[in-house]
Amino acid sequence: MTEILVSYFIFPGFLFAAAAGMIASWIDRKVTARVQWRQGPPLMQPFYEIRKLFIKETILPADGSPWLFVLAPFFYLASIVLVADILFLALMNPSLGFVGDLIVVFYLLALPAVASIMGAAASGSPFASIGASREIKLLLGYEVPLFAALLVPVIKSGSISLGDIIIYQQSYGALAGSFSGIIALIVGIMVVQAKMGLVPFDAAEAETEIAGGCQVEYSGPLLALWKLGKMIMLVVGPLFLVIMFWATGGWLILTLKYVALLTVAILIRNTNPRLRIDQAMRFFWGPMFIAALVAVIAAWMGY
Amino acid sequence: MSYAINALTKSLNVFHAACSPCNNCDIEILDAITPRHDVERFGIQLVGSIRHADVLLVTGAVNKKVVHRIKKLYEQAPKPVLVIAVGGCACSEIMFRDSYNTCGPLDKIIPVDLYIPGCPPKPEAMIAGVVKLIQAATKKAGG
Ligand code: SF4
Repeated sequence: MTEILVSYFIFPGFLFAAAAGMIASWIDRKVTARVQWRQGPPLMQPFYEIRKLFIKETILPADGSPWLFVLAPFFYLASIVLVADILFLALMNPSLGFVGDLIVVFYLLALPAVASIMGAAASGSPFASIGASREIKLLLGYEVPLFAALLVPVIKSGSISLGDIIIYQQSYGALAGSFSGIIALIVGIMVVQAKMGLVPFDAAEAETEIAGGCQVEYSGPLLALWKLGKMIMLVVGPLFLVIMFWATGGWLILTLKYVALLTVAILIRNTNPRLRIDQAMRFFWGPMFIAALVAVIAAWMGY
Repeated sequence: MSYAINALTKSLNVFHAACSPCNNCDIEILDAITPRHDVERFGIQLVGSIRHADVLLVTGAVNKKVVHRIKKLYEQAPKPVLVIAVGGCACSEIMFRDSYNTCGPLDKIIPVDLYIPGCPPKPEAMIAGVVKLIQAATKKAGG
């Protein structure tokens, strides 16, 4: 029992994932700044930001549901930390996982979006409800191609456990090296971009348009939980792709691969305008779904 | 208290409220986040919602249309919040002083922590002002 608690709250769960998330968030802001020819913030800036929010006042909405409003960020953070924990454990010891943890991760990755929708609905603000409706549509959009793309490693390795997929890749080479694997990885990058809520799929928060979307009414410590969750999402998203499609090499190589995928996401974010929500859905249900289907068929035929 | 002030001033999220300015001050504010001045180096960022902000930055001569809104914005901000009046209009209303529709300089409406005069002030002046504000707040908190 203590082992599970330590694993969830300290290493490699909450504390470790939060530290990694802050570094990822710093990389995000620094690369963005360099793309825009600026200096960018210091390494500790994400930490300062979280620390500051804990001294601020929390305002509960007058015409919302305060209970749900307070619970939603905890729900968000808890689910995302659980995914981080499962992924890190699978990487550290591939033979330890349980059967079907891939399915668990797939569903846990949908929970943060559900939590934002709950929080937005509880805050009773029109901006938040627009954000929530967009978040629902985005969720409907990207789950379909993600599911199809994840079938590729499952077909190739013949297993639905993360550990087996990692072991398969370490003995037969990375999945991204095969035809079906690289297509599925590209689909995965797009889906993870949307899961992390980065441009071009950030219609749900859209600061300049609906003032922060789902989290518009949050302030103080509760906002800190959302921000922390988003930072951990920056770790979990690309790491999940590394595990599914590119899991070869020691921990140093794996870290470099993770940073490479994170940088790709940041560059996509900095070179694209925001898509309207209908364009985003069409993009996921059209080209992305077809590409994922092609990858599945190719994997079925052994390419 | 000095811990709180230190935590606050290391990461200032700014909400920009344009209260009927001529837009020139607003353009100068945007200059402060461009590569030459890049205030994100000090953790200063613009945010889209007053609930996420630590600084309420006001430009322009507050008139009858916006006076209720600026009061409401100040009430909606999570405390502690700092208020900055940028430009001669917000500080003292300059040539709009005796106009039929202005409601007095900003500090008659909400408490102001920092005045940055100029028409419009330079980005350098704004950065210098923020530095003075941080020093004053730290001194007041006894740190
Ligand atoms: S101070 Fe000058 S530049 Fe600024 S809003 Fe007023 S008139 Fe415009």
